[in-house]
Formats: sequence, C-alpha cells, structure tokens
Amino acid sequence: MAEPMKIRARLKGDIADIRVLVAHPMETGQRKNAGGALVPMHFIKHVLVTHKGNVVYDAQWSQAVSRNPVFAVRVKGAKAGDKVVVTWTDNKDDKRTDEAVIVAA
Amino acid sequence: MNPLRRSLLQFAALAAAGWLKTSQAVAAAWNAAGFEAKATAEVLKSLGASGAAESSDIAITAPDIAENGAVVPIEVVSRIPNTQAISIIAEKNPFPLAATMQFANGAEPYAYVRIKMGQTAHVRAIVQAGGKFFTATREVKITIGGCG
Repeated sequence: MAEPMKIRARLKGDIADIRVLVAHPMETGQRKNAGGALVPMHFIKHVLVTHKGNVVYDAQWSQAVSRNPVFAVRVKGAKAGDKVVVTWTDNKDDKRTDEAVIVAA
Repeated sequence: MNPLRRSLLQFAALAAAGWLKTSQAVAAAWNAAGFEAKATAEVLKSLGASGAAESSDIAITAPDIAENGAVVPIEVVSRIPNTQAISIIAEKNPFPLAATMQFANGAEPYAYVRIKMGQTAHVRAIVQAGGKFFTATREVKITIGGCG
C-alpha cells in the first residue's frame, strides 16, 4: 500500500489552489540498479481530482514526471469546507485515494 | 518434464495472459500512442494537434537553467477561452510527451507539474480549446540530465 498523499487546498478569492505531493518512485525503466540491471518501469498513469464530487482534473502522466510528484490544480467557484478527493493509478494497477477540505487562506 | 515445473509454467502463462488483459484495458484510456512516441511530431499527431497554431496567450513558467534535470518545475497557464486540456512535451526526451491534463467543472486552465528532462530542450505546451489546438515553447537548459 502506497504512502498517503499530502494535499493542501487553500482558498484565494474564489479560486482554490490545490497542491498535492505524492510519494511514488516514478521509475522510467531506463535507470540501472547497483548490480547493473535495469529497474523496471513503475509510474503513475492517471490522476483524478474531484471537487464536491465533480471531476475537475483528469491527468494522464508518463514516466517523465519527477519522482515523488508534485502537482497543482486551481478550481474557480470553490468555497471553504468543500471536499477535494485525489486518486492516482499506476502502471501496476496500484492506486491510492486521499481527500482534503479547502481552507480559507 | 516434471509435474511441478509444468504447473509452474502453466501458472506463469496464465498470469502473463491476465496481465496483458489488464494493461490493455488501462491503455484504452491512456494515450499510449502519444506516450510511447519518440518524436515530437508523432506526439502531436497522437493528440490530433499537428497543425497547432503558435499562441502568445499560453504562458510557460520554467527555470531558464535547471541544474538538476530530474526535477524541472513546469507551470502552464492558458488565457485562451474554453481551454479543455494542456499537454506538456519535453522535445528531446526519449519519450517527449510528459503529461496531458484535462479540465472540467470550474478548474482553471492551469497546470503545474515537475518533470524529468534528459538534456537541454524546448518545453512545448499544447492547449486544446474548443476543438482547436494552440502551442507555445520555452527553452530550458539542463546542467545534469535526469533520465539516468
């Protein structure tokens, strides 16, 4: 089971600034380990963010996204107390869902 | 052939078949053609964005010189009305397409993600808005590549 994400959702005016830190190795399949063998690809393919149950952000990623990915989403018309849910799925069909509540800045 | 070895082989064959099935199901939604393309032109084709027009309404924020290619923060803001999706391409990466973000239900046309870059290259943003495609680029110099 993957580590929990860190989600920070802050309101700036009527726009929520949602920043997410995901713990994931994001292996490209090109790196060699100490023994000289290639480390197999292991990366997040899909990221879905919902705000009050509606999908706001639907991302497809490649192995080019950095290790322990950080990404941001901005949602207009958000209010303090709204629930944000983030889900990722990787190429090994591992997944993780975490949620946060938008707070006033 | 001894029976244990035979059953192990059968199990491995079944497992491989099952794995293939699930990875195909995922690939249906994931833009495999784009993510596995090795040239920027092929990536544009997979997105349907071959004729994308240069636009000054796309702002790419990235470091001019990134010391570490393993972590290059890229921010893309589109001022084009009805922006539905933003894709980020690092032109000289082994697989140039890094990410495609789709927006809906009040999400701002704003993308921020940290990517790996193998070498100094143009970072290209593709914006899909109202069925049309727009593009902009920005050069990022890399001191140490991030693909190894």
